Amino acid sequence: MSLKAFHLAFISVSTIMAFGFGAWTLMEDNGNYILYGFLSFFAGVGLIVYGIRFLKKFREVSYL
Amino acid sequence: MQIPYTVTVRPDTGLYNAKLGIWLFLASEVMLFGGLFSAYILLRSGATSWFVGSEELSVPIGTFNTFVLILSSVTVVMSWASLRMNDLKKYKMYMGLTILLGLVFLVVKVLFEYMPKIEHHHIPSSHNFFAIYFVLTGLHALHVVGGLIVNGYLWGPGSKMWDTDPEQFLNRIEVAGLYWHFVDIIWIFLFPALYLL
Repeated sequence: MSLKAFHLAFISVSTIMAFGFGAWTLMEDNGNYILYGFLSFFAGVGLIVYGIRFLKKFREVSYL
Repeated sequence: MQIPYTVTVRPDTGLYNAKLGIWLFLASEVMLFGGLFSAYILLRSGATSWFVGSEELSVPIGTFNTFVLILSSVTVVMSWASLRMNDLKKYKMYMGLTILLGLVFLVVKVLFEYMPKIEHHHIPSSHNFFAIYFVLTGLHALHVVGGLIVNGYLWGPGSKMWDTDPEQFLNRIEVAGLYWHFVDIIWIFLFPALYLL
């Protein structure tokens, strides 16, 4: 697996974590981290946009 | 003596040797961290009482460090991409940023997490939660230190190879980038497991 493939896997896992963290802050009883949650949702969207742009830019690089 | 397959692909594996080597090493690392994660799950499921991570650890600091490591993964890929475009100056800038972000992670970890906990006597012997917390995050921090040493060498004296053997140097950066990504992905699992749950 090349750095390109591992980077895409990493961005995917990070995106899931970002949305998961956002959901966790919403489920928190005291609501202490709600701002972090919204920032995390934005970060998740940013990671998706970045991942798509990265994929387009490195289209010719092998996954192996 | 000429070391074979440092640049060209070995026909039977389909990879150059350093890439096969780093993946074998990372497989052993998965077993190491996997064992410790299993220990965490077993300790937690077997305990009559367990701390809630978000009440004992600082979620904002953990979130900040997560952001720092994700950013460092982007910069290490950018350093590799810069070399692919034959731009050594940009490579140095991005690799320098990666090293800086790794240092920020470690400084925040030590100054704002470890030291206050030790001051409040939240040490490994006080509770199994802190024992597994210090073991997992401490081992991860050691891996960050290891990555910083390698990246520092490749940023400084090791970059002279670019003049003599650019293809092998590019492969070295890719291998270092794979290791750095592994260290970062471990943190992506550590953060929710320890800080949130």
